[in-house]
Amino acid sequence: MAFDDAYDALTDHEDDTRWAFGTGFADPLSGVPTSVPSDVDGTALATYCLMLADDALVLSHRLQEWVTRAPEIEDELAIANIALDLLGQARLLLTRAGEVEGRGRDEDALAYLRDPADFRNVRLVEPPDRDFAHLVTRLLVFAVWRLALLDRLTGSRDPILAAVAAKGVKEVTYHREYAAQWVVRLGDGTAESHRRMEAALAAVWPLTGELFRAHPTERDLAAAGVAVDPAALRSEFDAVTAQVLADATLVSPMVQPTDMDGGRDGVHTPALTGILEQMQAVARAMPGAVW
Amino acid sequence: MATDGAAVFAETIEKDQRVEPRDWMPDGYRKTMVRQIAQHAHSEIIGMQPEGEWITRAPSLRRKAILLAKVQDEAGHGLYLYAAAETLGADRGDLTRRLIEGRQKYSSIFNYPTLTFGDVGVIGWLVDGAAICNQVPLCRSSYGPYARAMIRICKEESFHQRQGYELLMTMMRGTPAQRDMVQNAVNRWWWPSLMMFGPPDADSPNSAQSMAWKIKRHGNDELRQRFVDMTVPQAEALGVTLPDPRLRWNAEREQHDFGDPDWAEFKRVVAGDGPMNKARIAHRRRADEEGAWVREAAAAHAARRREAGPSPSGGRS
Amino acid sequence: MSDEIRHEWPLFEVFVRAKRGLNHVHVGSLRAADHEMALHHARDLYTRRNEGVSIWVVRSDDIVASGPDVKDAFFAPSGDKAYRHPTYYSIPDSVPHI
Repeated sequence: MAFDDAYDALTDHEDDTRWAFGTGFADPLSGVPTSVPSDVDGTALATYCLMLADDALVLSHRLQEWVTRAPEIEDELAIANIALDLLGQARLLLTRAGEVEGRGRDEDALAYLRDPADFRNVRLVEPPDRDFAHLVTRLLVFAVWRLALLDRLTGSRDPILAAVAAKGVKEVTYHREYAAQWVVRLGDGTAESHRRMEAALAAVWPLTGELFRAHPTERDLAAAGVAVDPAALRSEFDAVTAQVLADATLVSPMVQPTDMDGGRDGVHTPALTGILEQMQAVARAMPGAVW
Repeated sequence: MATDGAAVFAETIEKDQRVEPRDWMPDGYRKTMVRQIAQHAHSEIIGMQPEGEWITRAPSLRRKAILLAKVQDEAGHGLYLYAAAETLGADRGDLTRRLIEGRQKYSSIFNYPTLTFGDVGVIGWLVDGAAICNQVPLCRSSYGPYARAMIRICKEESFHQRQGYELLMTMMRGTPAQRDMVQNAVNRWWWPSLMMFGPPDADSPNSAQSMAWKIKRHGNDELRQRFVDMTVPQAEALGVTLPDPRLRWNAEREQHDFGDPDWAEFKRVVAGDGPMNKARIAHRRRADEEGAWVREAAAAHAARRREAGPSPSGGRS
Repeated sequence: MSDEIRHEWPLFEVFVRAKRGLNHVHVGSLRAADHEMALHHARDLYTRRNEGVSIWVVRSDDIVASGPDVKDAFFAPSGDKAYRHPTYYSIPDSVPHI
């Protein structure tokens, strides 16, 4: 077997679709109509898309920080998989936001050139993970909430949001299962892991209040059948998390969810500034560059 | 047909067939194989670090996704290889400890720092390119699980090289700052890439036995020459200069002549004195140590559930 | 070795059926604390490029293998039964579909 033949035989040059990033190879939006329902305000829709996009983009960043630091190599793959899925959702939603707002901004302009005050994510996704217990706890909360949201969003009158949601449901089902299994293992593992889980819950739970308070944009668009009112997600969230925590021999902390929100209005913790400084540094340092 | 283990082994090697996990094999073959596979696995895992640190800073979302998928692949390659080593009776926890304690090595290329995003492209082009040159012949290595792992790895690696080269092509068509970044990265990574093939054959004492057992299929110098010949036209297409004043086409040999890598530098880096050696191992050690409580908790939970009895789930589909 | 470190998690062997109609094929092994984790890990490791309709995971120490020393008695009897192989029969190329 000649050297070059072996090399060629091993590479599927014609089969570029088998490049693995994200779980799907078919374009989930192919054939989906892109026009906005006529009674829907484009600016409001763009803002809503940014909310969902930024949630995913920022959490993906926190997960990316775990690359080369996961507790086992198998978890490197699992965490990267989740980070890729969320990044993919963010890209689709950012692109939709840019199209609908009509100011010529694409996914990269939105990701790299907005300042913290223009980001619309909830605060849940901002803090760094203190340890693996914190990672799985925050991920559990996020995935339970997001799955409930996307599930209902599959009925959106905006065809793009409905399609993105349908794809996202499959992905986030898997993320939720990963997080839940780990919460149970760590909650019902060793004394140390149980202690760390309690600390993680105490840190994460105060941030859950914001997840169910509807921003006016969400409320208006939900009334128009385009968005999901997050208040409607509370009972599913409570039921699922209660089950997981019970299996994990953990108790929901008796911490009042804080009244501090504002993420949907661009009011964030300093952590987001740090994230964006790192995420945007190279892109901003080289304006005009094409990558 | 030979029936005794040693004779079967010799015949298997001679006929270019595969040795499988439960076959008889000489102790030296088993030890050499474990060491080679383990060091290859360690290289994949350590190799995640230089590129991994650029994921959060990737300057476009598409590049971010590609880089994250590539580094994820490398973790997967490490797993395929640790799995192959375990078929020989090795234990992954033990191999990890040997790596952290410096008793097993990894490819010295990963002891260099990635200073710019341009390094990401050049690593894909040159480092993965050199790795492919090394690895394609290993798809015919005599040990079955290793050869099969190598086939899977080579298929995935071809995309890694292409994504790196594509990034460089894009940058070379971009701003002057981008073009400078690419050339700067090439200047720093060219010679270390040549060193990936190991020292000259004349200075490689273990090569002869590895070749006899068909663990290794080609000499270092031969592979290094192939890599140079394949890469020079790629560099020309890209519009970068390779930093070797002695590099030129030799019409008689129909190959490129090129200069000697600095083998003194190579020895220093392999011995632990490279720019990033300590940092790479410290990073791996920290991840392993910080993960210990997680792994223990999962094991404790699993043990408790086994005692509690079988769950209702399961079944074939 | 008395001080040899053993990994905390047992080893699992992974079998993947790439698409309907095919058999499950052994693709390698991985470490997991329990079967659920092993399935998740197998899915993450072996089906990233859209390969995989069904995954089986089995603890490695549950696998019982035939030893090479009994290879002759086990396998040799079929070695000389060439008539089981399609290439044993020479059929002219002009005969279609066979």
